[in-house]
Amino acid sequence: MHFTINGQPHQAEVDIRTTLLDLLREHLSLTGSKKGCDHGQCGACTVLVNGRRINSCLTLAVMHQDDEIVTIEGLGTPEKLHPLQAAFVKHDGFQCGYCTPGQICSAVGMLDEVEKGWPSHVSATLDDPDFTDDEIRERMSGNLCRCSAYPNIVDAIREVADAKQPAQAEAAE
Amino acid sequence: MTTNALRMDKPVEQSLLDSGVQGIIGKGIERIDGPLKVAGQATYSAEYDFPNLAYGFLVRATFPAGKISSIDAEGAKAMPGVVDVVVDLKTFIRNAQQGGETEAPTQGVKDVAYFGEPVAIVVAESYEIARDAAQLVAVRYEPAEGVFTFDDHVDDAIKPPPGSMPPYHSQGDLDAAMADAAFTIDNVWRTPSQNSAAMEPHASIALWDDDGLTLYGSLQMPSSDKQQLAKSLGERQSKVRIVARYIGGGFGSKLGISPDTVATAIAAKAVGRPVKTVMTRQQVFDATVRRSNTQQRFRLAADADGKLTGIGHETLCSNLPGEGYFEPAGQATQFLYGGENRIIKHDLVELNRTLSGSMRAPGEAVGLLAQENAMDELAEQIGIDPIELRRINDPAQDPQKDIPYSTRSLTRCLDAGAKAFGWEQRNRTPGAKREGDWLIGHGMAATTRTNMLQPSEAAVSIGPDGRALVETDMTDIGTGTYTILAQIAGEMLGLPIERVAVHLGDTKSPPGAGSGGSWGAGSSGSSVYLAAQALREKLAKAMGVEADDLTLKDGHAIAGNRRVAIGELVGDGITATGSIEPGKQEKETTQASYGAHFCEVKVHAVTGEVRVTRWHSTFEAGRILNQQTARSQCIGGIVFGIGTALTEEAVHDDRDGRIVNHDLVEYHVPVHADIPHMDIVFLDERDPHANPLHAKGIGELGIGGAGAAVTNAIYNATGVRVRDYPATLDKLLEGLPAV
Repeated sequence: MHFTINGQPHQAEVDIRTTLLDLLREHLSLTGSKKGCDHGQCGACTVLVNGRRINSCLTLAVMHQDDEIVTIEGLGTPEKLHPLQAAFVKHDGFQCGYCTPGQICSAVGMLDEVEKGWPSHVSATLDDPDFTDDEIRERMSGNLCRCSAYPNIVDAIREVADAKQPAQAEAAE
Repeated sequence: MTTNALRMDKPVEQSLLDSGVQGIIGKGIERIDGPLKVAGQATYSAEYDFPNLAYGFLVRATFPAGKISSIDAEGAKAMPGVVDVVVDLKTFIRNAQQGGETEAPTQGVKDVAYFGEPVAIVVAESYEIARDAAQLVAVRYEPAEGVFTFDDHVDDAIKPPPGSMPPYHSQGDLDAAMADAAFTIDNVWRTPSQNSAAMEPHASIALWDDDGLTLYGSLQMPSSDKQQLAKSLGERQSKVRIVARYIGGGFGSKLGISPDTVATAIAAKAVGRPVKTVMTRQQVFDATVRRSNTQQRFRLAADADGKLTGIGHETLCSNLPGEGYFEPAGQATQFLYGGENRIIKHDLVELNRTLSGSMRAPGEAVGLLAQENAMDELAEQIGIDPIELRRINDPAQDPQKDIPYSTRSLTRCLDAGAKAFGWEQRNRTPGAKREGDWLIGHGMAATTRTNMLQPSEAAVSIGPDGRALVETDMTDIGTGTYTILAQIAGEMLGLPIERVAVHLGDTKSPPGAGSGGSWGAGSSGSSVYLAAQALREKLAKAMGVEADDLTLKDGHAIAGNRRVAIGELVGDGITATGSIEPGKQEKETTQASYGAHFCEVKVHAVTGEVRVTRWHSTFEAGRILNQQTARSQCIGGIVFGIGTALTEEAVHDDRDGRIVNHDLVEYHVPVHADIPHMDIVFLDERDPHANPLHAKGIGELGIGGAGAAVTNAIYNATGVRVRDYPATLDKLLEGLPAV
């Protein structure tokens, strides 16, 4: 099998039963993606596949020939954090840190969905809904945090989203 | 090495943290382990790679009670890639150990006591093979009678041995007080089994070499866990090392060793290779620890002015046969309110269900639901504000022990919280405030959490580079320990936080308190304080002055008109150990943190769906060491309380006691959409009786009463009192006001 992970080509021979998550954690030493339930219930394993967020425990590695996969390790490093990673630190958007890589990867994917104008269950309109805090809460509800950093995660995502928006508005002009 | 030891026999009137000038203590400094965690670089137990690592998978009993006659592993062993199937019915532990115990837990699995009990372990070259092979292991057994239902066996309840409190307490004559009272409450509350559901499943990697066993484990209290593990295996303590640098949440479920810990150690020895075992989420539910279900009769007697004359709190809970641990639901009842006639009792129903033990705020988390609901009911009956009722019953000293409170700040929290929330503006008539399809209600409740101190040690050293290192086997389970220990060392030694490194979670380091019971910061922090105090003496000596005349700031020692880099004063480096232990202060004063919760809920007038829409809590917990991590701890506790109030329930099958909803889709922990913005305020306080930091526990303070605030608000919104938790909509529908 061939995958592009965090921009690097990877070759691997995998058991057909191996999930994408276990490929990352057990075969490629990319342990940033976490296993919390192995059943797509908690979101700790969220990674980006071809730009979209996905529960990596619910998909088999053999289904991803030539796919572009981005994990938390590909977003930033402790020395050079991605804006969302930095905002999570600033707003204390985590405690134990175990769900955090999944929350951050999910937030990256979610903000992209918002940018594309996708509505959610709480959207008042189907067409380019307002990006309220309730939208963040709804769209992030697939990522559990038992330490319950939820309000701080919302603050972190809000800050990054707001910082992005003026730049976009400028570009649109 | 210098050791600075302190037993808390006397209050420490002056804390050096108040005279430090580095200015980092108390600040909401970002977590020093934050960048590693958000970048996915923090290594949790299952994330260490070793050459020749094999994978373990637990084989479990698919029956709830019986004697194993044989285990047929031939089919599994024949599968390509299977290294071995390890069976050791004598040494495997039946269940997890309770926190802080130094003996092995109940050992031996020939007699199975609950559904899902681990009885063997498959070791294979890959996780997939181990998991597959585990299905092929046939466990043969002779069935035994089990006891599975709680309600049918409450008459068989037994008096448990003393735990964190005595099981029984009685003073005065409660029945007479009830008979004479102007107002009384006498109701029964029920709470279900719960699971801590930490996001990281329990995991172990075991390696044996000439030095003995090293176990990378998701464990909250390494120093006592090491003793439990050594005794389970029949090894000397010096031959066992536990490493737990990062832990993906615990909430009590990882206080003691669990079945995977011992099974993995045995397996690694048997196959002569490192072995890694990660529990599945279902195994975590079935085979670690739950909070017991409870049935609580709560009685209040009050005179015509609303002053309490009696309190009764009688709790029934459950555990495995022979396990004496009981859910101490009466913990806070002992001291939160006055009332001279008192009965507090806990009885235990022995059931073939998963072990019960500590889950966040054991006791208060469920006991304060009954107590704070009962207070709300009493206030309504008397016709006074629930805050006023609590104010009237704020005792001058501990009503059971007749000793003073170290500090007592409940009324301050109630008043400040009420003001911040706008409590006075609420609608007082249940069911009378409606906006569209939603009924709006407001509720409040008090909280308290007993403050505890545990023996704890830490070593602090300063190198010639002027950097400090803190070492202890204390853990950070998300609580912020890395950061607050660095803040304490930095404040004491005049070092910016980036010049303090903290190494935790390795039993090669001095034994720390471990994370549990909200004692971590106070206990472990005090050991760091004491070690740093000894280093200040050394630095003062090097400067030729008394420690009191020395100022330490920004990496420099300042005395008189001299300013010297600290690194230049330490030669090749200096080290000291700090050691704290509880003393007379915990007998002479009743120590606790306090708080008040205020919330708004909306309840759908047709469906009964409940949403929490607004929250304010005011807390007082001694010195707050880090405003940001303390706030996060309190939010975490409150959200646990909201889950308790509305959604969390582990359902046992009446036929075999198994937990039916043993995963995160069916056991409902709160999600983003369930939680509003949280307004959290800390009032400033110092408690010199608690420890040299003057800080008290905070990790479990938020959960207490939070669920009661929600159900009190539901009552205000709908007129429906729910005493059978969680308050799911089916329990509201019948009583909702006519649409």
